[in-house]
Amino acid sequence: MADVKKTKKVRGRVPMPHQDAAKRARNFEEVALGYSREQAIIEAERCLQCKKPLCQKGCPVEIDIKGFILAICDNDLRGAHDIIRKTNSLPAVCGRVCPQETQCEGMCILGKKYEPVAIGRLERYVADTFAAESACEDVTDLNTCALEREDLKVACIGAGPSSLTVAGYLAGRGIKVDVFEALHEPGGVLIYGIPEFRLPKSVVARELSGLKELGVTFKCNWVGGKTITIQDLLEEGYNAIFIGVGAGLPRFLNIPGENLVGVFSANEYLTRVNLGRAYDFPNYDTPAYYARRVAVLGAGNVAMDSARTALRMGAEEVSIIYRRTEGEMPARHEEVKHAIEEGVKIRCLCGPSAFHGDEQGRLKGLIIQKMALGDPDESGRCRPVCLDGETEQFPCDMAIIAVGTRPNPVLLEATPDLGLNKWGYVKVDPETGETSIPNVFAGGDIVTGAATVISAMGAGRKAAREIAKRLL
Amino acid sequence: MGYKILKKEELIPGQTTMVVIDAPQIAKKAKPGNFVMLRTTDHGERIPLTIADCDKKNGTITIVYLVVGKTTAEMNTLQQGDEFIDVCGPLGKPTHIEKSGTVICVGGGTGIAAMHHIAKGHVAVGNRVIAIVGARSKDLLLFCSELSSFCPELRIATDDGSEGHKGFVTEVLKDILDNEDDISEVVAIGPVPMMEAVCNVTLPYEVKTTVSLNSIMVDGIGMCGACRCTVDGETLFACVDGPEFDGHKVDFSELKARLRQFTEQEEESMELFSKECRCNG
Ligand SMILES: Cc1cc2nc3c(=O)[nH]c(=O)nc-3n(C[C@H](O)[C@H](O)[C@H](O)COP(=O)(O)OP(=O)(O)OC[C@H]3O[C@@H](n4cnc5c(N)ncnc54)[C@H](O)[C@@H]3O)c2cc1C
Ligand SMILES: Cc1cc2nc3c(=O)[nH]c(=O)nc-3n(C[C@H](O)[C@H](O)[C@H](O)COP(=O)(O)OP(=O)(O)OC[C@H]3O[C@@H](n4cnc5c(N)ncnc54)[C@H](O)[C@@H]3O)c2cc1C
Ligand code: SF4
Ligand code: SF4
Ligand code: FES
Repeated sequence: MADVKKTKKVRGRVPMPHQDAAKRARNFEEVALGYSREQAIIEAERCLQCKKPLCQKGCPVEIDIKGFILAICDNDLRGAHDIIRKTNSLPAVCGRVCPQETQCEGMCILGKKYEPVAIGRLERYVADTFAAESACEDVTDLNTCALEREDLKVACIGAGPSSLTVAGYLAGRGIKVDVFEALHEPGGVLIYGIPEFRLPKSVVARELSGLKELGVTFKCNWVGGKTITIQDLLEEGYNAIFIGVGAGLPRFLNIPGENLVGVFSANEYLTRVNLGRAYDFPNYDTPAYYARRVAVLGAGNVAMDSARTALRMGAEEVSIIYRRTEGEMPARHEEVKHAIEEGVKIRCLCGPSAFHGDEQGRLKGLIIQKMALGDPDESGRCRPVCLDGETEQFPCDMAIIAVGTRPNPVLLEATPDLGLNKWGYVKVDPETGETSIPNVFAGGDIVTGAATVISAMGAGRKAAREIAKRLL
Repeated sequence: MGYKILKKEELIPGQTTMVVIDAPQIAKKAKPGNFVMLRTTDHGERIPLTIADCDKKNGTITIVYLVVGKTTAEMNTLQQGDEFIDVCGPLGKPTHIEKSGTVICVGGGTGIAAMHHIAKGHVAVGNRVIAIVGARSKDLLLFCSELSSFCPELRIATDDGSEGHKGFVTEVLKDILDNEDDISEVVAIGPVPMMEAVCNVTLPYEVKTTVSLNSIMVDGIGMCGACRCTVDGETLFACVDGPEFDGHKVDFSELKARLRQFTEQEEESMELFSKECRCNG
């Protein structure tokens, strides 16, 4: 393999096979179809095998990227899989949903002049293709099952990626883990938020079944702070507790008419369609609102998912309405591109100032305030400023608000001695993930605010490592 | 794994049913005013239902539901020994109960069940409770004997006069307010128009009036905003900030509009379900 470098010409990256845009805009099947073995090897061979691989620094869980890519070149799927699993327990998920352009691929040296290596797509290829031979290999960085320790148990509250990582890491070391989830299905945002066409539920189910085989127990319909409190768990003898309840409380705009019928939070719309399977109504009972003209407010991943879901639910026209410009959109680039290909319209430099409705209280449209970009704010992004007197009527019969979230309140309210920061998120020791309550840890969106799957996993890993260190 | 129905009783056949469910962890924590989110089948919708009673010793909760659509109709096909796949709770803020003097508890329809749990709570802390229950006619009255077992002052109103006062609960309420001076609180639970009417009656008397809002819910734990309602000009979530609010500050017309959001699909679901039921005998 040493001569990989010499034989390489700099080609463009191998395009990802996709479902045709016009067709997929009306179905819920996965959009990106995944590389074949041949495509993966050709793409893997583009990697320069850098001495100081920058890509690895860009990955929050520091996967040995060049290592697994080299294994793909050698057609050593197991080797590639082993390398990824060392630090990432949900690669099939991450390969699909990581914002690679700001993480691993954003740092890839090739990206300076050419297109970066398609690291995410290769990771997905490895995860999807490698048939798990043993559950232990599947979810931990160990190759054998540790003997179960009857005397140790850890509770995770919330079943999103942060908790799943904690569960996988500890269960692989023989510690009994019970995951308490408020909804009726585990997975967190992977199940109730990110749509089927981007992250099939079967992929999440595969990762979950690996955990179950390791002996992790999922207790659904258990609401931390209601059905069971942290105090109860400590009294029941759990040696440590991990809080991974996410930041799912939707923000609204606080503008007139926001409670009209037809105005939804992205969380409600997506939860109905994903968790409630409203895309298969009336086969499933949960309904979603039907609309012709839809306005989506915001431009992050959540907004893109909402817009593309609304198209698939039969809307004739879907527009993203965003205060800044396309360059500032926080969504993954690929998702913006996919949305536009599918026919989602983008209206930049526009902000809603009011909703208005008919006599029955149903949404008829919004008033849009035109904006311009002003000076950069603290975050470095240009601040949108209103252009006086420039407003426009925007008729629509559904509006989906995707302007961010706040911490999930229920557990925090029930745990007054849990230290919070000034934004209301849980305060933790940055080295260990421990909260103000000894042996109670936290990580993911409930600590950082809405972030990414892989950063939630990184936080879970850090806490799990500390828990293991204390218990074993 | 499921939540077993230990007892089922059709209080009003085909219309109102009481089920006692085995759910020890929920029973342990339940307080008056709490509710659960429940699913009947794996294709079913999560719906909110009030915990009408709980037995901490035996680990059971009691739900009383009115058959109004697909989910409640499907619930009604389950029998003693069958299981609900999901029951999640206890959710919502419990009723604020403190020793305050005389409390009037008004219940209408299935709301009587929820009201009965709250009335019990008020009696337990030593309040004098006057209960008023209303229904269209005598056969549709619920929980009267349970109520009178701990609450000696029970007033009844029926639309057709088949029992008690002929007319609405609001008339009985007004009569009491006219004759008693120190009513510390009125609690009203029932159909939205009834709760709104009660608030209109109590407003001039300046009596604190608590209502329980039955807005549409999806998760029940504050993650979606489906249940949002306007109270005193502010948007609040019924599932985590409520479901009980100061009735004089609730925007009822907004609530009524929001309850009709999915009427079309609800009818479609129900029609399909009735057909299937008939096909399967
Ligand atoms: C629509 C959408 C699209 C996204 N797209 C991407 C993407 O493409 N790429 C990316 O990297 N990130 C994406 N994100 C962000 C990412 O999903 C989150 O950052 C990540 O899931 C956070 O993980 P977590 O473990 O902190 O919590 P979550 O995934 O939020 O899970 C928390 C879990 O805790 C449960 N819970 C809450 N309260 C309680 C309680 N009191 N008791 C018990 N359980 C409770 C919740 O029901 C939930 O299941 C997206 C988010 C959304 C909403
Ligand atoms: C906190 C709370 C406590 C409640 N307690 C009780 C109770 O103790 N007994 C009882 O009979 N009913 C109660 N309800 C109302 C009950 O949830 C609805 O009757 C039920 O959801 C109807 O479902 P369905 O499929 O049978 O009817 P559908 O045909 O779906 O709907 C019939 C009506 O119920 C309302 N509804 C529909 N879906 C929901 C939903 N997901 N959440 C809330 N309302 C919905 C709609 O406004 C509709 O008009 C309560 C509601 C809330 C919010
Ligand atoms: S986990 Fe995410 S950031 Fe890390 S290599 Fe994989 S796709 Fe890139
Ligand atoms: S930076 Fe890019 S080229 Fe270099 S090792 Fe990483 S993926 Fe390969
Ligand atoms: S039901 Fe979702 S926030 Fe209340």
